[in-house]
Amino acid sequence: MSQTIVIAEIAKGAIHPTTAELVTAANALGSAPIVIVPCTDSTIADAAGSIQGISKVIALKSDIFAEYDASGWATAIDAVAPSGIIITSANPQSKDLAARLAARRNISVVQDVVAIEGGNLVSPIYSGKAMQTVSLAGDAAVSVRANIFAASPQGASADVSVVDATGDMATAVEEFLARASTRLDVAEANIIISGGRGMGSPDNFSHLEKIADTIGAAVGASRAAVDTWEPISHAMQVGQTGKTVNPNLYIAVGISGAIQHLAGMRSSKYIVAINKDADAPIFQHADYGIVATWEEALPVLQASLSAMMN
Amino acid sequence: MTNIAVLVKQVPDTNARIVISDDRVDLSAVKMVMSPYDEFAVETALQHREASGGEVTAITVGGASADKVLKDAKAIGVDHIVRIDCDSYLDSNSLQSMISSVISEIGAEVVYCGKAAADTGAGSTGPGIAERLGWASVSNIISATFSDIISVVAPVQGGNARISVSLPAVISCDKGNVKVRKPNVKGIMQAKKAQVDVKSASPSSSSISIISHSLPPSKPAGKTYEGGAAAAEVAQLLRDEANVI
Repeated sequence: MSQTIVIAEIAKGAIHPTTAELVTAANALGSAPIVIVPCTDSTIADAAGSIQGISKVIALKSDIFAEYDASGWATAIDAVAPSGIIITSANPQSKDLAARLAARRNISVVQDVVAIEGGNLVSPIYSGKAMQTVSLAGDAAVSVRANIFAASPQGASADVSVVDATGDMATAVEEFLARASTRLDVAEANIIISGGRGMGSPDNFSHLEKIADTIGAAVGASRAAVDTWEPISHAMQVGQTGKTVNPNLYIAVGISGAIQHLAGMRSSKYIVAINKDADAPIFQHADYGIVATWEEALPVLQASLSAMMN
Repeated sequence: MTNIAVLVKQVPDTNARIVISDDRVDLSAVKMVMSPYDEFAVETALQHREASGGEVTAITVGGASADKVLKDAKAIGVDHIVRIDCDSYLDSNSLQSMISSVISEIGAEVVYCGKAAADTGAGSTGPGIAERLGWASVSNIISATFSDIISVVAPVQGGNARISVSLPAVISCDKGNVKVRKPNVKGIMQAKKAQVDVKSASPSSSSISIISHSLPPSKPAGKTYEGGAAAAEVAQLLRDEANVI
């Protein structure tokens, strides 16, 4: 059994729930993992100790973990992680770290794993238009997509040891920039409601925003909408040249379902499509399809969701 | 004067349908293009050259058919084009070691690349070669300004930040606010005549083997409703059946 090492996912100064999914993936690949928690305050690591199926927790404490610096983080983590299979989350920052750690150890990296089948790793290629299955011979770094593996349950009490890390930052944050939009980012959202050119005008995205506010969703857009309308920013674009997302729920409104768009959202757990054209390809991928104009469907959806949330 | 390198990769057109035959992706009928994010990397590299002086070398890895992507980069304005000759599958470890050795050989001080190639979508190459070279790296930048240090805007948790990077460094580019220049007639003519500098590099042993390629599992057919009033029922199902609300 290979040694596995999980790099805990940290968000807003705490262990992110995805970490428990990484533990499940680690157990599918080898022995119970060592969980490394990169942190500035080691008390946050205690939460990782309660995840079942781990061998121990190392709270790796240093000021360098206040802001992400690829070189500094990889150096510090490499120094405490034993050899084995390193597992990270597959958000952009963690993929970057996985690549750095793999290169540092002269081992291979496999990104965006969505399944582990008999020790082989499955990940999407061509933005999900095809899947690739690879076998591992030896150590590797592996990033795992969120919302796919079941979270390992709570209730354990593994040992947590605190290790002081040192490392040099190779980059420096000069300033944080105010977000153009205060809305939730599609890359961080569990629910996304996206609009396409079928919305008719960028002003009509306000109807999507209203629903997004009701259920805590992010607002996304198709490439056609982003390319056509200046106010719809590229940051909202879901698809092959935008963001690849896999939320629990994806609601596509006025989106026909071009192959480019499908590539970015087809792995969403549930997909709702609202489109007036019954032949739109998006319906072939929808769990729930509504053939209607957005003008008809969105007010009803808004009212029903509002009633549920109250 | 800065010695600038940019990594470019040939990938299937992002609108192309991917076909599988004999457990492998079959790209024989697919139009190949420069990976979209690499276009932003080339543009950023050219802007860096305009700000600091120096020369830009575009580098790719592949067989002779990959020369086209280098010619495309040349037509847009890079100075030199280099192909690392290799036509077989490379895992990240082999690929990065080959590219890093060529980067060292040409003496580049900064390397630009796309945030991920449109085929694997992995995004490993930029940070991976930075680690091998012992350089700084910043990934997924959306804009850059150039002086003694490079100042970039890149995503951090909770938003964007302006980040300063000292050279040498590897910088991977997202779409951002950059307008990509198009080749002009003179550029296209020069690209036709340009010689590709073909370099050989030996791949290191690989710990990863491809078992198979397959099409994504198709979802079972969903429920379809006619008319906007059905949105009420769908909302209920999202809560009671799917448990996502």
